[in-house]
Amino acid sequence: MIEVNPIIIIFAAIFTSNMIFSNFLGMCSFIAVSKEIPTAIGLGISVTMVMTVTTILNYIIYWTVLVRFNLEYLMFIIFILIIAAFVQLLEMVLERYLPTLYYSLGIFLPLITVNCAILGISLFMVTRQYNFMQTLGYAVGSGIGWLLAITAMAGIRSRLNEKSIPEGLRGTPITLIITGIMALAFVGFSGMVQIQ
Amino acid sequence: MIKKSEVKKIFKKGIYTENPVFVQVIGICSALAVTNLMMNSLIMGIALSFVTAFSCLTVSLLKSYTPKHIRMMVQVLIISSFVIIVDIYLKAYMPNMSKSLGPYVGLIITNCIIMGRAEGFAQANPPILSFLDGIASGLGYTLVLLMISSIREILGFGTVFGFQILPETITKWTLMVMPPSAFFILACIMWVTNNRRLKLERKGVEKR
Repeated sequence: MIEVNPIIIIFAAIFTSNMIFSNFLGMCSFIAVSKEIPTAIGLGISVTMVMTVTTILNYIIYWTVLVRFNLEYLMFIIFILIIAAFVQLLEMVLERYLPTLYYSLGIFLPLITVNCAILGISLFMVTRQYNFMQTLGYAVGSGIGWLLAITAMAGIRSRLNEKSIPEGLRGTPITLIITGIMALAFVGFSGMVQIQ
Repeated sequence: MIKKSEVKKIFKKGIYTENPVFVQVIGICSALAVTNLMMNSLIMGIALSFVTAFSCLTVSLLKSYTPKHIRMMVQVLIISSFVIIVDIYLKAYMPNMSKSLGPYVGLIITNCIIMGRAEGFAQANPPILSFLDGIASGLGYTLVLLMISSIREILGFGTVFGFQILPETITKWTLMVMPPSAFFILACIMWVTNNRRLKLERKGVEKR
């Protein structure tokens, strides 16, 4: 693995290898929840938070426990358990100490456990052999990239409501086409920085 | 014991009327990511069918012993164990495939199709039917993957399963192997199927 500056990784994760537009991660909730801007931002922020913390936890556990005892094959089960446990914990803590935040973000939290973006980032971090700072940069950048993508999408979709779209295209297909066009725009960034 | 018509109904549902990708719009993350080559999609489809079928079987067998409020956790554990089996198998027998699929093998765990079938069907039905239902959903998913990837591979590389079918001199459509094309093709296929469905519905209304 070539040493890459974590700052560069943040930029790369937001623009050139954005999770939605080049890795197709987190598509399910991206399509389901991108109807209104406030909800999209809420989900985006929760995803960024959960992603940062769980990726770091997974990093620590992978290198200190799994690699040391030659248990790498258990990585899937351990990662998904950590994610589920963390989300559960976050839900309880928020409900107890920050009820207002809980009521605005609460509905998204269970959705996050099955968001493939969170697990995906942990797995990419392992296959690309990032060190600690790089992992941190990658997680934060990917979260922000996802937030950016879903907010932009919600902005576009909220204007689509009044437009006359062919009946068969309404709903998911038109969302996919718009995502494709956005992905094309993001391809334009690809000369900027390169990771992987 | 199990009626033939029932089995037929399950397969028809999984592949056509309730196809997981087109109709229920779930599990599209991996449907888009691995479809640049047909071989990748085929292996991914088989892996997903295997995991779905056996997870549904296990969930259905254990349904009376699982406490209600932790059943999600149990399902996730069952699914991840089968994914680990698939991952180890791929690493041992198809190292190249395992490398090109990369983390997407692990992401089978969060594929909503499996959770959906386990929660929606296996939880309330006998083991063998659940097993068949898992296979049917997996087949539906595999077919969609092959459909998308055949378009992308023929236009992008001029090959089918790695065999050259278009002449070497053809200008390769590079966009087809890049991410954006996956969105466009899936959208177009969905558009066609949606139109078909709407037409059938309209016909049904007129008949009545």
